[in-house]
Amino acid sequence: MNLSGKVHKFDQNDINTDYIIAGKYKFKTLDMKELAQHVMEDLDPDFYSKVTPGDFIVAGNNFGCGSSREQAPLAIKNAEISAVLAKSFARIFYRNAINTGLPVVECDTDQIDAGDRLEVDLGCGIVKNLTKGIEIKAKPLPDVMIKILRDGGLAAHFRKYGDFNIG
Amino acid sequence: MGQTIIEKILSSHSGKEVKAGDIIVANVDLVMGQDGTSPLAIRAFNDMNGEKVFDPEKVAMVIDHSSPSPNEGVSALHKLMREFSSEKEFKLYDIGEGVCHQLMPESGKVGPGKLVVGADSHTCTYGALNAFSTGVGSTDLAAAMISGKMWFKVPETIKFICHGELPQGVYAKDLILHLIGDVTADGATYKAAEYTGEAVRALSMEGRMTMANMAIEMGAKAGMMEADEKTLQWLSNYTNEEFTAVSPDSDAKYVKVKEYDASKLEPQVAMPHRVDNVTGISNIVGTPIQQAVIGTCTNGRLEDLRIAASVLKGRKISPRVRLIVAPASKQIYIDAMNEGIIQTLMEAGAAVVTPGCGPCVGTHNGVPSDGENVISTANRNFKGRMGNGSANIYLASPATVAVSALAGEIANPREISSRKVV
Ligand code: SF4
Repeated sequence: MNLSGKVHKFDQNDINTDYIIAGKYKFKTLDMKELAQHVMEDLDPDFYSKVTPGDFIVAGNNFGCGSSREQAPLAIKNAEISAVLAKSFARIFYRNAINTGLPVVECDTDQIDAGDRLEVDLGCGIVKNLTKGIEIKAKPLPDVMIKILRDGGLAAHFRKYGDFNIG
Repeated sequence: MGQTIIEKILSSHSGKEVKAGDIIVANVDLVMGQDGTSPLAIRAFNDMNGEKVFDPEKVAMVIDHSSPSPNEGVSALHKLMREFSSEKEFKLYDIGEGVCHQLMPESGKVGPGKLVVGADSHTCTYGALNAFSTGVGSTDLAAAMISGKMWFKVPETIKFICHGELPQGVYAKDLILHLIGDVTADGATYKAAEYTGEAVRALSMEGRMTMANMAIEMGAKAGMMEADEKTLQWLSNYTNEEFTAVSPDSDAKYVKVKEYDASKLEPQVAMPHRVDNVTGISNIVGTPIQQAVIGTCTNGRLEDLRIAASVLKGRKISPRVRLIVAPASKQIYIDAMNEGIIQTLMEAGAAVVTPGCGPCVGTHNGVPSDGENVISTANRNFKGRMGNGSANIYLASPATVAVSALAGEIANPREISSRKVV
């Protein structure tokens, strides 16, 4: 699975789920397209309008901390962001992203700046920074998660097996 | 090799000896969702071609986050939950029952050795009852409702030993804020916390729940505690089930051990906009506030309301401040009425709202205005958390919040008789 696009960089650590999608929106609707318009709004009010489909969100440590709201990865996915790259992720966000089919890549993001063009090979865990002409190695996903992502998320996994099949 | 509490619970629920780092599928004893996460879980359940829930006795949903409904959008989602729970024949706690993290312990279904998953990040609260409980997302919740199972990576554990006795005016909330300030918001990511030491053993069950509740604010998967007489006594109010306490082995392996001296602590405050932005009260007294909140799954229990009432009794809050009180459950509300606590709070000037999440997450019940400062007993102070990205939230104990409401500015509960509050 190869992804390519340009970078939207959020330099701070600990970007929490309230920043990704504020509680005041998420409780109102199951319409993820509507939620997507408010993604990252408290950090960058115009964020949604700046995204070209396929772009990446790139951040520091502990991305997605805070609540368990799955609306966070779903809103990002519905804003047509192809993957989130961060130095580390909060645990629940990481699970939710994989379960809903949003790729998350754990790697050193210091060498990635706003506007850079990236090519990400999820299978090999390689991030190519085309703008800077460098390659960054990503931390591999656990096998369970690769299996769930390959099936197209946990719902598809359950449709296929009717249960967990990750032995 | 010895095991930690969490390794033991995950072993007993997966049918094999597990150790940190293993990836396993475990049986769950209780599955819970709230109104912010359940609607998506219901959608995922249907998407998975789910038919029945694995055991209606072990599934529950709670309407607490926007309760009663503030608008039609939310009403539609609540309706979806009511229809789904009645069709699948499991218990729905409707408006006014309380916050999920008080209702699950009160249900008697959570106790030592149990494994609980909840689609709410503060599900880690039941670690106070010696259960392994953790937050998951809606899709995970749907999978658990169908299968009664969940996959886990067995976490490593950080042990927090809190020595000494908390000084007067210093509470469980101050202790946990201090720990979070020390290890930071991601200091325990992918790991479990185990809290121990005489300061923890001396806490009431309410205080222990406050500490376990905030484990997630350091990124932890769980905030575990041992069970003792107090735990069993507390549980006996809600269930006849006999539980076996799960203790860590003496040679259990910890990834880190941190030690603290509780007797040196002063009241603590988390400053905007991060829970780990913690300071001692003396550095921040005098900051003006416009709204004060007592409640939430962190500090909305009877003991918390009692502490607030003892500060507010016979006094009036500052005319510059709104004080909002949200009891954590209907039972707590009733008990607080019977003790005269509610009357005391209202006479002091509090607005008491429906048991539930109250204004914690910005859906209703007291959204602050631009530039306002709020002091709250909640667990999160992120920008926009209470519904306005231009407000500032300070987190503190019920005593600190109550005394600050009197003073109209952040004040020290240990100086309750200071000029400003009398
Ligand atoms: S009280 Fe606040 S933190 Fe607790 S469950 Fe409700 S919204 Fe979440």
